[in-house]
Amino acid sequence: MEIDKDFTYTESLIACPECDLIHSVPSIREGEQGRCVRCGALLFVRHKNSLDRSLAFALTGLMFFILANIFPLLTFEMEGQSESNRLIDGAIAFWNAGYWELGIVVFISSVVAPLAVLLVLITLLLPMQFGRSPFSPQFQIRLLTHLKPWAMSEIFILGIIVAFVKLQDFADVSVGLSLFAFVLMVAATVMAYLTLDEDALWSRLKEIRA
Amino acid sequence: MTAPVTAKSIGAISCHVCGLLVSSRLTTTHNARCPRCDARLHSRKVNSLSRTWALLIAAGILYVPANVYPVLTLISFGRSTTNTIMGGVIELAHSGQMVIAIIVFVASVFVPIFKIAALLFLVVSVQLRLKVQRRKRAVLYRFTEFIGRWSMIDIFMISILIGLVKLQALATVTAGPGAIAFAAVVIITMFAAMTFDPRLIWDDEGDDYDG
Repeated sequence: MEIDKDFTYTESLIACPECDLIHSVPSIREGEQGRCVRCGALLFVRHKNSLDRSLAFALTGLMFFILANIFPLLTFEMEGQSESNRLIDGAIAFWNAGYWELGIVVFISSVVAPLAVLLVLITLLLPMQFGRSPFSPQFQIRLLTHLKPWAMSEIFILGIIVAFVKLQDFADVSVGLSLFAFVLMVAATVMAYLTLDEDALWSRLKEIRA
Repeated sequence: MTAPVTAKSIGAISCHVCGLLVSSRLTTTHNARCPRCDARLHSRKVNSLSRTWALLIAAGILYVPANVYPVLTLISFGRSTTNTIMGGVIELAHSGQMVIAIIVFVASVFVPIFKIAALLFLVVSVQLRLKVQRRKRAVLYRFTEFIGRWSMIDIFMISILIGLVKLQALATVTAGPGAIAFAAVVIITMFAAMTFDPRLIWDDEGDDYDG
């Protein structure tokens, strides 16, 4: 491959994020994706109306996140006594039991990071929708990259299912309204991520700033 | 066939956050930053192998208390049962919940040990400059990075149980010290996967062609 090495930075070539192999950026159509010829890592995706859709899903996710925090997730009943829990109660329970490290871990991974991901997506994409430059987009995009692995809502759902199954053995457990909201929040967040095309994000930012 | 053309071989750096290809000329100063996203630029993750080693050793040590100490105690009608991670899986299997038992087994028992073993293998294979099966090792890394977070299921399950089951004498669930070690193993191995640089798997491929 003949390549022009005389650049300070370029958007017409990219290196594979996992093996560093240089590829020229092809013109792929919406709905298509490109993978590294050497190691198979995902290099590009194009989505139709990427930024609009991602924003719509993030707003939906935020709405469900709020609902998920208002009502109980599970209700546990035994001999006439009952107890319900909200999303945040798991973190509080660890904290109160003296396991403050676990309280912080659970608080960050089930409440703070999932909320922050949605808020960053919104504060990034909403101003752009109106043709304005968001507040410090570079910082927000980096924040989003670093937050992503620590937002573990989808794993929290499996934790709820396992807890539910374990409790069923010796008591009556019922599912609260918040659980449905929480599942929908996770689905919306996943969709917001899947539809977000970072190249489209950078090129739109460039247009706005020009 | 010619040597593979990589960012490194043409004197460029690919930003680890946004992927912009930047000439190394821009990065002669220390702490050079990406002109597009302002992240710090590195050709390869900094001290990747030694950091990954350190984290893997820490995870390996913590793996023992994570599995030996109880993570959960249930007191109901004066009877108390204490579970380790594996004990919880066995109990689920005994109560006939095979599907859930398998999910918890994979997430809590198989994934952490698999992850430590896979990363150890990757680090050692890079240090021995292994030339074979690069693509399979790349896939192994991708898979390892993807599955790591799922081990948190047990920690979330415990957080829900102790928050919900607190009816004093009737039924109470408390957490055990194994939970801290277990969560530490999960988080430390997540960091270990993040600090390992998969580019190292491929870095000496060019040497075969240059002669």
